[in-house]
Amino acid sequence: MTPNIDYSRNSAEIVFERLTKVCAFMIILLMAGFFVQLFWYSLPSLKAFGVRFLFSSAWDPVRNLYGAAGAVYGTLVTTLIALIIAVPLSFIIALFLVELAPPWLGTIMSQALDLLAAIPSIIYGMWGLFVLIPIMQDHVQPFIGTTLGLKRLPLFGGEPGGSGYLTGGLVLALMVLPFICAVMRDVFKMVPRVVKEAAYGIGCTTTEVACRITLRYGLQGMLGAVFLGLGRAVGETMALLYVIGNAPGVSASLFAPGTTIAATLANNFAEADGLFKSSLFELGLILLCITFIIQVAAQLWLNRVRKKSGGGL
Amino acid sequence: MKQENQSRPPVKLSVRNLNFFYGDHQALFNNDLEIYEKKVTAVIGPSGCGKSTHLRTYNRIFELYREQRAVGVISYNGQNLLDRSVDLLELRRRIGMIFQKPTPFPMSVFENVAYSLRLHYRLGRNDVAARVEKALRQAALWDEVKDKLHQPGTSLSGGQQQRLCIARAIAVEPEILLMDEPTSAIDPIGTLKVENLIEELKKDYTIVIVTHNMQQAARVSDYTAFFYKGYIVEFGETEMIFTRPQNKKTEEYITGRFG
Repeated sequence: MTPNIDYSRNSAEIVFERLTKVCAFMIILLMAGFFVQLFWYSLPSLKAFGVRFLFSSAWDPVRNLYGAAGAVYGTLVTTLIALIIAVPLSFIIALFLVELAPPWLGTIMSQALDLLAAIPSIIYGMWGLFVLIPIMQDHVQPFIGTTLGLKRLPLFGGEPGGSGYLTGGLVLALMVLPFICAVMRDVFKMVPRVVKEAAYGIGCTTTEVACRITLRYGLQGMLGAVFLGLGRAVGETMALLYVIGNAPGVSASLFAPGTTIAATLANNFAEADGLFKSSLFELGLILLCITFIIQVAAQLWLNRVRKKSGGGL
Repeated sequence: MKQENQSRPPVKLSVRNLNFFYGDHQALFNNDLEIYEKKVTAVIGPSGCGKSTHLRTYNRIFELYREQRAVGVISYNGQNLLDRSVDLLELRRRIGMIFQKPTPFPMSVFENVAYSLRLHYRLGRNDVAARVEKALRQAALWDEVKDKLHQPGTSLSGGQQQRLCIARAIAVEPEILLMDEPTSAIDPIGTLKVENLIEELKKDYTIVIVTHNMQQAARVSDYTAFFYKGYIVEFGETEMIFTRPQNKKTEEYITGRFG
């Protein structure tokens, strides 16, 4: 036997293993910590308003009355607008990338798409404020309201002010587009080559293959993509902060200024204390719960899809 | 026994001087071949010899891949089907294809057939239903699936899926059926049913079948082409090829000395 075997390697292994465990558990701890902390700070507001908090659109720091309805409504409306615009657009773009584009162009555009996803959201916010708002105010909103005569509908009523739900939804749409599009692109690539060949083989055009075969094949995967986009849109702050208008309350008109949960938080934290601050924490808790549920649902869904497409077919 | 010089049936499709390229790599060399009407022509040869590549030129499915290129003449209905002017959708209606793996679309059994019908014809509801049934009967599948027409096509067994794909192809009244190793992914019983079906189908259709299985070629085909390294080494009546091959390579292959 060699006398100088280094037995300390075993203990080093144990130390390292424990270290990795501790680090990994930190993630769980962080997640739980956020929930506990938010809940703790929300307690005064929970006690003061109870369930009414969710359904009240009051936002009155003078009388210390708060409600989440305006912010939650704004969050949901902007998210909905964003998805209505971004999902079909992503579908078309992803389809082009996978099915139609020549390989070199597809590669370039694919990379551009990934880069687009990396643009900080404040840039989208700036663009929204300085470029999109004037366009909306001077052209788009007057066109929809007056030229198309839709301003009699409550949905498009009110004065065109540029900022508001519609503008916010548009900026959000551009922001989530790369994420949804990237997942859709991957979903389309999972459609087995031989099934596509079979479709072309019975005389399908590219459009028919895309809309009937690829779409049905990738339906579940695409729903997962939509969920991911939803998760991002719901929590987005900076892209919306400057274009949503920051008015508390609920308004039927898409042209009206509103607010979202994240924008309310960002706008008010600096000067908040007491019940005001606690209400903000409760808003934060609501946001965390919404995004948490969406993320979990998206992950579960996508896992199921991957399992399915990995097996048969 | 038929004689080599005996008059042969009418030619449905004829290949002249066909060369095929994957990028810079040439896969087929000067292929000449006659496909006879309402006969089964088997294409045999070792792996990578160009059998499938050759078959995939007949419906121009290779064009889905930009780097693939075919040069030569494939005469069909008085036209070179490799010409740009050929209507691809119509070509693929007339020349159907069955793949190695069954390829049901992500829809119900009924819809799988109805979909291909609606692509090519304007039909009322009842006509579609009638023609779906007819196609499924022709594909010897009707009795097995008539009670589960609205279940997903993928829920059928492998052999049934393959016959579903055949039903889908023949629903649109093709003239030629291309089969690219149609039984390589299904079990022996499924294989037997498909082979029996081929026997039935050749009354109405011209069939070209690529196969790895020489017994299968001997069983189902009337003519056989032996491919080797991208060349058609020998072509003739199946009986001749398997009993008195003219070429040494053919003989070595069919007696199992390589492959």
